[in-house]
Amino acid sequence: MAGRPGAGSRGRNEPGQEHHPAADELVRPPAGQHVDVRLTASNGYRAERSYSIASPPEDGRLTLTVERVRDGEVSSYLLDELRVGDDLEFRGPIGGYFVWSRNHGGPICLIAGGTGITPLMAMLRHREKSSDATPALLIYSARSLADVVYRKELDAMASRDDDLRLVYALTREQPSDWLGHCGRIDEALLAGHCFPREQNPTSFVCGPTDFVESIARMLVRLGFDPLTIKTERFGPSGG
Amino acid sequence: MDEPSAPRGFRSRRQTSENNRLPPGQYLTTDFPILSAGPTPDVRVADWKLGLQLGGSLLGVWTWDEFEALPQTTIKTDIHCVTKWTKLDTSWQGVTFDDLLKAVGLEEPPEAYVMAHCDGGYTTNVPVADLIGGKAMIASRYDGLPLAPAHGGPARLLVPHLYFWKSAKWVRRLRFMAEDDRGFWESRGYHSYGDPWKEQRYDGD
Repeated sequence: MAGRPGAGSRGRNEPGQEHHPAADELVRPPAGQHVDVRLTASNGYRAERSYSIASPPEDGRLTLTVERVRDGEVSSYLLDELRVGDDLEFRGPIGGYFVWSRNHGGPICLIAGGTGITPLMAMLRHREKSSDATPALLIYSARSLADVVYRKELDAMASRDDDLRLVYALTREQPSDWLGHCGRIDEALLAGHCFPREQNPTSFVCGPTDFVESIARMLVRLGFDPLTIKTERFGPSGG
Repeated sequence: MDEPSAPRGFRSRRQTSENNRLPPGQYLTTDFPILSAGPTPDVRVADWKLGLQLGGSLLGVWTWDEFEALPQTTIKTDIHCVTKWTKLDTSWQGVTFDDLLKAVGLEEPPEAYVMAHCDGGYTTNVPVADLIGGKAMIASRYDGLPLAPAHGGPARLLVPHLYFWKSAKWVRRLRFMAEDDRGFWESRGYHSYGDPWKEQRYDGD
C-alpha cells in the first residue's frame, strides 16, 4: 500500500546502496489520486469538490474528467464558464489508498462503472507509460458504447498489450453486431474473467455507490479477500 | 501568495440561510452518500460483540442483547463528511460513550485517547475528551430504524462534531491508549483530529 501523497516510490533502495533515480521519479505520486478544486465567489462563498485525476503521474500536466451534474454549481462552472488561461485553485494530488504504482505488484482487477473509469484510467496509463507488465483486467460498465469514455485509447492500449484484458458491459443499449456482455456486470461475468484467487489479485472498484456496493459484494461471494478489494464511490454527490 | 481572487464568472448560487451551520468548503445534501474503503461486511447481530479494551484486558464486553439493554439516547445533529457534504438534522439512537464507561463502573476514562477497531480492519483515533460529555455514542439506529449495513450497521461510532470518517462504521472494539496514534485514514494523509470548522481535512491543515 502506498504511503502519503508523493511517497509512491519510497523504500526500494537497499541501505547504503548508491542509487540515483531521476528526480521526478522520487516525487512521483501513485496513480488513482484526486485533487480538490476550490471555487471562491466575490462575496467569499466557497465551493469545493474532489475530482479524480485521469492522467498518469508521468505526465507534466493534470487531466481531470468532469461529469456534468444537473444544477451542479462546480461541474457547470468547469464545463461552461472556465476558459483557457483562467486561474483555478486546487489542492493535491491527494490520496494514498485507492492508488496503484507499478511497484505495488498485481495482478490488478479494475472494475469501472460510468465515469468511475477515471482513476482506473490513470492506473492503466501509468502501467503503460512505465512499461509495466503487471497482468491487468478492466471490466467497464457503461450505458452504451457511446458512453464509454476513453474507448479508442483503451482499445488501442489492449491491442498492443497481451497482458491487458478489456471487457465491456453495455447496460442499456448495444450495437446490433455487439458480441460482448449485455446488461449489468453479474457474478458469472466476474467469475469468467477475474484472475484466480490463488494469484491474489488486488481489485479496484470505482463507480456510483450502488454499483460499487453490488460489485464488492459479488467479489466477496466469489471468495476474494475483502482486504484486497479497494472501493471508491464516485460521481455526482450533490455538486 | 495572497488570498486567491475569485475565478472569473463564478457566483454563489446557494442560499445562505443555513450557512452558519455549514463548515467552510462544505455543501448541503439531503440524501445520505455512502463512502467506505472496501466491501460492506456481512455482520450478524448473533455474532456481534462490542468490547472496551484497556491494555491487554477487556473492561467490558456486550453481546447485541446486552448492548440494546443499556440506556438508550437519541440525538439530532448535523454531520460533515470530508468529501464535502454536510447533512443537517440527522437523528440517531444508541448508547453514549459516558454510559459505556458507567456500565463498566468507571467514573473517569482511564486514558486520554481511544482507537476504534472495526469489522473489515478499519481503525480511527479520537481523543477521549471528544467522546465524553454526551459528545459521542455507539449508534445502532438512524431515523428510528436499525442502521443499514452500508451505513455501518449494526452499530457505528458517532462523533458528529468531527469529520464523519471518525464516526467509524461496523465498530467492534474501543481501545484506550495513553498516547495518540493514527488510524486508517489518518495514516494515509488525512488529518489526525479532523475538526470541520477548522477545515482539518488533510495532514498539515
